[in-house]
Amino acid sequence: MLKESFRILAPCGMLGYGFPKASFMKGMELKPDAIVVDAGSTDAGPHKLGAGTAIVSRQACKKDLEIMITEGVKAGIPVIIGSAGGSGARVHVEWTQSIVMDILQERGIGGIKLAMIRADIPHEVVEAKQQAGQCEPLGLSVAPLTPERLQATSGIVAQMGHEPIMEALAAGADIIICGRAYDPSPFAAVAMSRGYDAALAYHLGKILECAALSAEPGTTKDCMLGTLKNDSFIVQPLSDARRCTAVSVAAHTFYEKEHPYLLHGPGLVLNLEECQFTELGDGSVEVSGSKMELTPVYKIKLEGAMKVAYRTFVVAGVRDPLLIARIEEVEELVKQQVQSDYQEVPQDDYRIHFINYGLNGVLGELEPRRTPAHELGVVLEVVAKTQELANAICSSLRSTFLHYGYEGRKATAGNLAFPFAPSDVPFGAVYEFSVYHLMEVTDGLEMFPIDYIEVKP
Amino acid sequence: MKLYDAATVLRSKNSGPFEITLDVLFSDPDIYYKLKQQELINKELVSRLYHIPEDRITHIVFYDQALGFKITFSRTVSSGTFLDRDVYGAQQHAPLMELEVEL
Repeated sequence: MLKESFRILAPCGMLGYGFPKASFMKGMELKPDAIVVDAGSTDAGPHKLGAGTAIVSRQACKKDLEIMITEGVKAGIPVIIGSAGGSGARVHVEWTQSIVMDILQERGIGGIKLAMIRADIPHEVVEAKQQAGQCEPLGLSVAPLTPERLQATSGIVAQMGHEPIMEALAAGADIIICGRAYDPSPFAAVAMSRGYDAALAYHLGKILECAALSAEPGTTKDCMLGTLKNDSFIVQPLSDARRCTAVSVAAHTFYEKEHPYLLHGPGLVLNLEECQFTELGDGSVEVSGSKMELTPVYKIKLEGAMKVAYRTFVVAGVRDPLLIARIEEVEELVKQQVQSDYQEVPQDDYRIHFINYGLNGVLGELEPRRTPAHELGVVLEVVAKTQELANAICSSLRSTFLHYGYEGRKATAGNLAFPFAPSDVPFGAVYEFSVYHLMEVTDGLEMFPIDYIEVKP
Repeated sequence: MKLYDAATVLRSKNSGPFEITLDVLFSDPDIYYKLKQQELINKELVSRLYHIPEDRITHIVFYDQALGFKITFSRTVSSGTFLDRDVYGAQQHAPLMELEVEL
């Protein structure tokens, strides 16, 4: 039998971003049935997944988890972490697991069950699915996944739906560390496991995964409480400084999504076109009318990154109006000079690129205004097959540019103002999202195995 | 007036590593519905503002409950790799901001 309502406390929009303890404790006073937090994002680019590093520091992650776990265990409610470590690969799940184990040990917490849900997809599975025509690029600009690019990809993860998380809950897990997950899924799973409507649970999850971002003023660094009922849900900020409005909650599904009311998840499409958003007068908003359809074929979204080059760069300023007037022309000449000086190096082994801030640094070819400012910030960038080669070419590029005698030059002592010495910065590896595909699977459980650990009392 | 004078929120962001999405949200329903009815916001306009072919624009959608519309187009360079200029896609809204609108 369905409880009259089900409450989920979302402490922050990204595990490790922090949240006011007062807001969290106000949420705990309202007796939530679960604490759920999203830890994932592809926003910071491909290198987190490619290099296996985390988005937030261990210290920041531990600080957030400490309060979530101690309060969650005390209240006897599940604590669920989505997309552990940011990218949700095995290394990220293990990193999060070791932080959780440290907390349990330091606080003397025992008698609980941990579940770790893996989201790593073996290369051979992707290869076989490709051959079977069951793995397609997601988007117009995703490059075809050739055997070479697949092989060069360091790790592939897939976004899980609610199914494996519900299984872990059914197995009695108290703390669930999910690998890569569709952001709303951990929230949806915990509500669906108690029999609540999937569409409402997913829509609520979509809002709560960003915590208080849909309130006004919005932030990912404060808590939000979601209350599911039979045919609606309520979202409520937990700080007196914030309020939800009908428009702020409705507008939330715009954020970072390609479509404002059609949201594609694992095996499902959420349709929010007919939703009603009602202000309840106390800063909370009630939402109804969320709809969801299961897709005829269950598809999961894959993410994978590969190393493409090594980078060295220089930051410099240009204030000379004669040079600013012909900056792109001079850069092209400097590039040609370096290529001619390095004729023994195959031209495919490195690439030279300039970013001109004050001209079109941010928008590049999309920039409609092409009038340069009175000074420019110039980034000289070289990517190459090895760090050593990137360093060598960049060094030559910098000295050639510094002294280049372009036509009409008056400032014969130097063309660039370097803010730092040394000027050249060896950056390390550059990654690229090589896998961003939809792959057909039998069901939502197939690719997401679960490990359990019983922590002794 | 410029679109940024009429809008309450005007922003850009990645929607995944291969797309940029632009959100324009209003607080005044009159302004929102007037703009929607004018049908000024279309692929031809976005193509012109951003110098991109129309087939790279994947969505232009109005959502009445949120008093806003969204434009999504594909990137030529994916987020965070060589030649990308905006990893989060958070500063790609400026060409749309300066659009002249009559209300």
